[in-house]
Amino acid sequence: MKYVDEYRDGALAQSIAETIKREARADRIYRLMEFCGGHTHAISRYGLEDLLPPSVRMIHGPGCPVCVLPMARIDLGILCARDPRITLCVYGDMMRVPGSQGSSFLKAKAEGADVRMVYSTLDAIKIAEKEPNREVVFFAIGFETTTPPTALAIRAAQKKGLKNFSVLCNHVLTPAAMTAILESGGEEGVLVEGFVGPAHVSTVIGTKPYEVFASHYRKPVVIAGFEPLDVAQAILMLIRQINDGRSEVENEYIRAVTREGNARAQAEVAEVFDLRDTFEWRGLGWLPDSALKLRGKYAEYDAETRFGLVAQPAKDNPACECGAILRGVKAPRECRLFGTVCTPDTPMGSCMVSPEGACSAHWTYGRFRERNAA
Amino acid sequence: MSRLEPVRRKLDLKAGRVDLSHGAGGRAMGRLIEDIFHEAFDNDWLRAGNDQSAFEVGAGRMVMTTDGYVVSPLFFPGGDIGKLAVNGTINDVAMAGAKPLYLSASFIIEEGFPFADLKRIAQSMGEASRAAGVPIITGDTKVVERGKADGVFVTTCGVGAVMAGLVLSSDRARPGDVVIVSGTMGDHGVAVMSKRENLEFETEILSDTAALHGLVADMVAACGPQLRVMRDPTRGGLAATLNELAHSSGVGFSIEESAIPIRAEVAAACEFLGLDPLNVANEGKLVAIVAPEAADALLAVMKAHPQGRDSAILGRAVEDENRFVEMRTAFGGGRIVDWLAGEQLPRIC
Repeated sequence: MKYVDEYRDGALAQSIAETIKREARADRIYRLMEFCGGHTHAISRYGLEDLLPPSVRMIHGPGCPVCVLPMARIDLGILCARDPRITLCVYGDMMRVPGSQGSSFLKAKAEGADVRMVYSTLDAIKIAEKEPNREVVFFAIGFETTTPPTALAIRAAQKKGLKNFSVLCNHVLTPAAMTAILESGGEEGVLVEGFVGPAHVSTVIGTKPYEVFASHYRKPVVIAGFEPLDVAQAILMLIRQINDGRSEVENEYIRAVTREGNARAQAEVAEVFDLRDTFEWRGLGWLPDSALKLRGKYAEYDAETRFGLVAQPAKDNPACECGAILRGVKAPRECRLFGTVCTPDTPMGSCMVSPEGACSAHWTYGRFRERNAA
Repeated sequence: MSRLEPVRRKLDLKAGRVDLSHGAGGRAMGRLIEDIFHEAFDNDWLRAGNDQSAFEVGAGRMVMTTDGYVVSPLFFPGGDIGKLAVNGTINDVAMAGAKPLYLSASFIIEEGFPFADLKRIAQSMGEASRAAGVPIITGDTKVVERGKADGVFVTTCGVGAVMAGLVLSSDRARPGDVVIVSGTMGDHGVAVMSKRENLEFETEILSDTAALHGLVADMVAACGPQLRVMRDPTRGGLAATLNELAHSSGVGFSIEESAIPIRAEVAAACEFLGLDPLNVANEGKLVAIVAPEAADALLAVMKAHPQGRDSAILGRAVEDENRFVEMRTAFGGGRIVDWLAGEQLPRIC
């Protein structure tokens, strides 16, 4: 497959792996966080861990949209779906995410709620057009990558004069989460020495928003694509920065990312969305200025306003370590539930649901290492 | 002209549709069966008009299987629900190393379903069954109200005979045994997905639906005693099949990603759909586990058959109490090939 196989080449991987082994100092540990679930997935699916020396430790970050969504927001979505007037459209990987009391969109659907899986926001628009008597609500999730399509859908609904389409908005912001990780000091904090920075998110926001992490927090950031060679190369670049005592924003993903990002997408998002004062993140808690809501002039497309939906506090299973795993404080294997009662077939926590979640990736692709380590 | 015999009206195969009377047991149902099913499957058993068919039972052990088909869409590149039902059931019989002998076919039809589509499906089944030399000798038709089914559901049953002494079973893989696949993985699932509503994409990929009993007969003739188990990796793909065999046999598997035959177009489609081709369904491929000493001979026999041209050795069964299917990736690392969690591709067959 052209333009893909080149980034999965085994011989090139070996050569980067040897350079990493040569340049990584054996007398220290490099704690690097790959922010995105896409990177976590690539590391696990291609077995990248096997190519790294023991001194390089990858910490799985919170960049998995499904994983950081708190239970309260899932409950809110399910509550919305149970309204007999409403058709709730969700992305496929949301279907099995557990809400309170073992609920999920999949179970709500089986109980009679009209929940439909869509591949794009425009599918939801099509449903609204085809079924004018249904209230079609799109359950919007994701970081800056999935926000522009939601903005476009709202603008399309306005242009078409659709009166039965709205959005339950859960869009969140990457830099806010990175700040939260770096600010969470003390015993609960994690020592991250550098970030493998987002791929798709950065195509939209550019590399500029990460500059504060290099200048203020003195942490190297290397923006990297989601192919395994991208990740391997970014790890090498981070090790070189750390060895040189540098902290810069470097861009490994130059084939898609610029410093300024996608101006058109940014403008669409700015037109439709405004910052929320605060938003709850699974694992990171309530973070100020970390999420988006619809601007007042688009209030009629805001499902929360339209249907008077208010999120109720919800508690995770107390044994579930998703929070600590999302902050990079714990590894999946350190959770008591991992692989016992919590597996991708019966997920207790969100990190086990999405293929990009740290627990799911480790269970699905990497759990044989537990045996090899034992 | 006698008024005691009503004029026999042919079904309007161009514009007509199935209505509830076609399942009610009256003349309308008789016409539907006559004009569509008997016409397509034509043989002496059906012509006899019984509710069952009798046949001689030969030597060896009998094999029996049943399978329901609910694929959406009903017609897809390279096949349709009818061809899938015939080939799929023949394959389930053949995987026991058996010679498939007879099929049954049962149809649950949604009110309003066009006769033309039903005819097309029945003819496709007739062609597949004649090509395979396995007649459909009994059947059933039911009609349900609109909204209670999706077009048509097909259930087939197959019987076959396996020669005395040949026992292929999923619990027979032993450490050291060799894993062979008969061709490219993921073609069927991708072909069906390419025609799904909201997902349509342009592709040349055809479903691989095919009856494999000819290939199986050659394999059994050459290496029968050394064959441990065969299975067609349908729903859940190669990943599910290897995991099932690992669990039944209490072994692990160790395979090489670079050895797995996958068409470039299938790999590309899986890439943008976010699927792993190892989880994607096949309808004309088999996985064989064979004793190591017979592996090369079996591979040669498989490659010599048109349906096994792209056969390849993927790896071996290994001792592993965890029963992991481990794969060395083309990238150079290790990973597990796991069962799929949840439904990646619903209603693929």
